[in-house]
Amino acid sequence: MKLENKYGVDERGYYGRFGGAYIPEMLYPNIRELRENYLQIINETGFRKEFENLLSDYVGRPTPLYLAQRLSEHYGTSIYLKREDLNHTGAHKINNTIGQILLAEKLGKKRIIAETGAGQHGVATATVCALRGLECVVYMGEIDMQRQAPNVARMKMLGAEVVPATCGSKTLKDATNEALRDWINNPVDTHYIIGSVVGPHPYPDMVARFQSVISREIRQQLLDKTGSELPDHIIACVGGGSNAMGAFYHFLDEEQVKLTGVEAGGEGVNSGKSAATTVLGKDGIIHGSRSLLMQTEDGQIVEPHSVSAGLDYPGIGPQHAHLHDTGRVKFVNITDREAMEAGLLLCKLEGIIPAIESSHALAWLEKMEFRDSESIVISLSGRGDKDLQTYIDYFKL
Amino acid sequence: MNRITELFKKKSGPVLSIYYTAGYPGLNDTLLIAKSLEEAGADMLEIGFPFSDPLADGPVIQHSSEVALKNGMSLRALFGQLKALREEVNIPVLLMGYLNPVIQYGMEKFCASCEECGIDGLILPDLPMAEYEETYQELFRSHHLSNIFLVTPESSEERIRKIDGLSEGFVYALSSSSTTGKNMASSDRTEAYFEKLRSLELRNPLMIGFGVSDRESFQKVVSYARGAIIGSAFIRLLEKEGAGAEAIHGFVRSVLGR
Repeated sequence: MKLENKYGVDERGYYGRFGGAYIPEMLYPNIRELRENYLQIINETGFRKEFENLLSDYVGRPTPLYLAQRLSEHYGTSIYLKREDLNHTGAHKINNTIGQILLAEKLGKKRIIAETGAGQHGVATATVCALRGLECVVYMGEIDMQRQAPNVARMKMLGAEVVPATCGSKTLKDATNEALRDWINNPVDTHYIIGSVVGPHPYPDMVARFQSVISREIRQQLLDKTGSELPDHIIACVGGGSNAMGAFYHFLDEEQVKLTGVEAGGEGVNSGKSAATTVLGKDGIIHGSRSLLMQTEDGQIVEPHSVSAGLDYPGIGPQHAHLHDTGRVKFVNITDREAMEAGLLLCKLEGIIPAIESSHALAWLEKMEFRDSESIVISLSGRGDKDLQTYIDYFKL
Repeated sequence: MNRITELFKKKSGPVLSIYYTAGYPGLNDTLLIAKSLEEAGADMLEIGFPFSDPLADGPVIQHSSEVALKNGMSLRALFGQLKALREEVNIPVLLMGYLNPVIQYGMEKFCASCEECGIDGLILPDLPMAEYEETYQELFRSHHLSNIFLVTPESSEERIRKIDGLSEGFVYALSSSSTTGKNMASSDRTEAYFEKLRSLELRNPLMIGFGVSDRESFQKVVSYARGAIIGSAFIRLLEKEGAGAEAIHGFVRSVLGR
């Protein structure tokens, strides 16, 4: 396998010491089938053409790279928003699900399973299953089902069965366990669409490739707008890290572009209610790969906390862990309060209601110091409709 | 020769191995249960150490792990309990669990603790074969620990042979590609798979697990293999009856038909 950039995956599925495939034998055939076929399939001309056609005609790509004038004036710099919120289904998640549903078809799969936290990946999966006429089962933590009720309704309308994960913390990590168990019990006809750059190899690499359309467009759009392909900064929120990886992908080897991943600090990194994995985590294995992981001294997974269900995950993707290790990406964290206020600021200044996930990336602007000439790209990973109730409760609207 | 190899060499009849979760139903039940199982006629024990996110387990074993963790079970606590293991129990004992708690405890320290307590083998379902071969095989051997890998109906012959080559003691054959605690599918396909395994004439004895729950399923699978492993059905008994010796004796004897 050709190494496409110096921070990419090696032929054994590792990014530095992170990655790999730590899976029980029951999952081995499924993972091997994917590993042996994914690169060949997604590089076929026919596949690429169909993927790109669906991205443009169905998803609505390219998404705009919008120079946010009033936000830029507010901070005294040039801020571009990569409008992933304008994708069909309202988030970047659809890029990956389109790619994976086409791959699943090529592999002859009849049934799709997925896990979801905030519901965006579940909705995107249910959407592509409806589009291609495949059976769809989405696992979602019982608590997330309550706080993201509109997305549960959307998935049902799209024909998906939504199964509550009732074990553990009843959130995203438990939904992921349930989906993996389903896959173990249905090894032949089922494809598991993982929604982030996590899981056993080749998922982190595969999802990153499908999401890399974001950074490919940013380069072209910046060139058109400014005459330079390279911004000074790219900022994106990180739960598992798929939108961040998509936004960083084509800039990883451009070392002069500063990359920042914003994690959910929750109520503060020392509060016991946080999801700031790079601060609180250490090396460990969850959901089939070695990465940074929030855990007890005994290696039991710690339940994370974030006001944003989409960032409420105890680990990060292995490539992010490697980028953290090497210092290529700076990881920072933003509290629930800072994120909520940054979300509201964007509403007031630009007329855009961001997903609370994206508000974490926006909130980092408060902490930066700028030179006038700097250009900053922020991945606006999703829109805030799904989070309205959280905004309403928080600001007592 | 370690106790596992010796067992398969000496015993002519079918081997019964029982899985249970350390620290369940009560934190200090681990050794009591081991002792009762040996007295009742179990040939081998697999003691599971709990993990918060057990991928390969079904609801029954997962629940027992949750309770055990709430009870305060950890690898440190388990090795504390197992210090007295060999004063109480003579049959082979394996530890089974996921890699993350082991890595946090430290692989070298883990192997040393196992040896100190008289543990004979390990089953770590998410330990990749390549990593074992390159990094841990010598370590396991130096602490006299057999490492057991799993095979499933979906494993290719080539892979089964590789697994057999790297396993020591026995090969753990899953009756189906599934999480634990499902009833064994009785189909031509399952029987064809068992036949295939038998015909491969592996160097290690075969133990069949997942879906073995009572005398009927035990007898069925031991016609294809040297023995069988019961897990979820035994945990269900503990859930219902507690860790009392009488119930445990009754369970084992019912499986063995005594």
